[in-house]
Amino acid sequence: MERIETANAEALARMFAAEPVLADVIPAREAMPGLKDRMILHAGPPIGWERMCGPMRGAVAGIIVFEGWAADLAEAERLAAAGGVEFHPNHHLDAVGPMTGMTTVSQPVMVVENRAFGNRAFCAINEGLGKVMRFGGNDAEVLDRLRWLRDTFGPALGAAIREKGGVGLKAIIARGLGMGDEMHQRNVACSGLFLREIAPSLARTCGDREALARALAFIAANDQFFLNIAMAMGKAIMDPVRGIAGSTVVTAMSRNGTDFGIRVSGTGDRWFTAPVEMPEGLYFPGFSAADANPDMGDSAIVETIGLGGFAMAAAPAVAGFVGAGAPSSAATFTRAMGEITLAQNPEWTIPAADYLGVPSGIDIRRVVETGIAPTINTGIAHREPGIGQVGAGVVKAPMACFEQAVMAIAEELGVA
Amino acid sequence: MGEAQDEAMTGAQRLLSGPVAVVNVGLEGFAAELRQNGVEAIHVDWTPPAGGDPKMAAILSKLGV
Repeated sequence: MERIETANAEALARMFAAEPVLADVIPAREAMPGLKDRMILHAGPPIGWERMCGPMRGAVAGIIVFEGWAADLAEAERLAAAGGVEFHPNHHLDAVGPMTGMTTVSQPVMVVENRAFGNRAFCAINEGLGKVMRFGGNDAEVLDRLRWLRDTFGPALGAAIREKGGVGLKAIIARGLGMGDEMHQRNVACSGLFLREIAPSLARTCGDREALARALAFIAANDQFFLNIAMAMGKAIMDPVRGIAGSTVVTAMSRNGTDFGIRVSGTGDRWFTAPVEMPEGLYFPGFSAADANPDMGDSAIVETIGLGGFAMAAAPAVAGFVGAGAPSSAATFTRAMGEITLAQNPEWTIPAADYLGVPSGIDIRRVVETGIAPTINTGIAHREPGIGQVGAGVVKAPMACFEQAVMAIAEELGVA
Repeated sequence: MGEAQDEAMTGAQRLLSGPVAVVNVGLEGFAAELRQNGVEAIHVDWTPPAGGDPKMAAILSKLGV
């Protein structure tokens, strides 16, 4: 259908024309005017307290205590259950968040500007590995780290980024793909490249040497530091693609631990949801599939722009880490994703796969026609609140989301 | 009529009298069985459009797939 082909060509043109730049780190309340006190942004499509999974509830309780809306976790849970806080998806306020995806007023958020279109997207700072709020952690150690990010690290990183005039992200991604990253479960190279970019500015703007040393060490010790930057970048790239009449390109994929949701350009900001699936993966020592929570997080925005599971060919080591098979099979994932996408990204190519461009522009028609679901690389949270990450794996987007979207676009175009 | 039948039989006999080369479409198990028995088989990874759902396949067709 010509109308769809024209609309999809426009969608791809906007994706590839994006110029994402990490521009600042500022408190969420300044970044998002719509974000108010006692409002909690979460990962995934809309959900209320009563349907939230264990780690999401754990993170909600933790962030309520962090914000000072309750004195302890028990009081926080009562407050949430009684409707004392408002829940909204990150996506509704130009934001994204990994796993539980908690975003509240006083947290610092990284600001990625898409300088080709003038829009901005936001993501909180990655907390590191182990017991962290994004995996449902909520004890004193977790909350203390969040306070340090708010009071010390966030302002310091923001000052350094402003001093530098922003950090261009497209080139970092291009290099990272040649260094073994797929930007979802492996961000080792991009985190290192980012540290190289920002360290001189950080040294110039951070007056306290001890604070500087701790900030540098924090980035250096966190192989996933760049994930949250890549996520904000993904959101900044895809937001201008929203609302192109007739386009069948997916603009967001996201999960809240209960539901999986997608948005499609031609159907605006409507969510198409289905029950989220369990990741298949490998578990840390002492844990098993019986401990796992269903899939969670806004991080599938990186797959939406052709990275993560779509760029598995760039990261053979990840295939083993997430239990997806032999490293030599990594390219199979990328080629399969080529079956459900419209084009290869001309700037983000994978040297290890003969400079194959990452598969870009997920077409809901092709997903439903082929029966090939988008592959997402993901972390696995414990199903109980307060425990944290227990493994990593691969999950498939539910086909039902795409079938609903196809029906909706057919109705939109009068061919249902 | 009888002549045509003879020719068809001859064709079928000819097909199976020598080494067989198979192109298998769909279920991979058939190709695997043949290979195990020493028969050359190329597998084509194919499934019916839209998982065999005719209503969805018709809509996809209208949407240009």
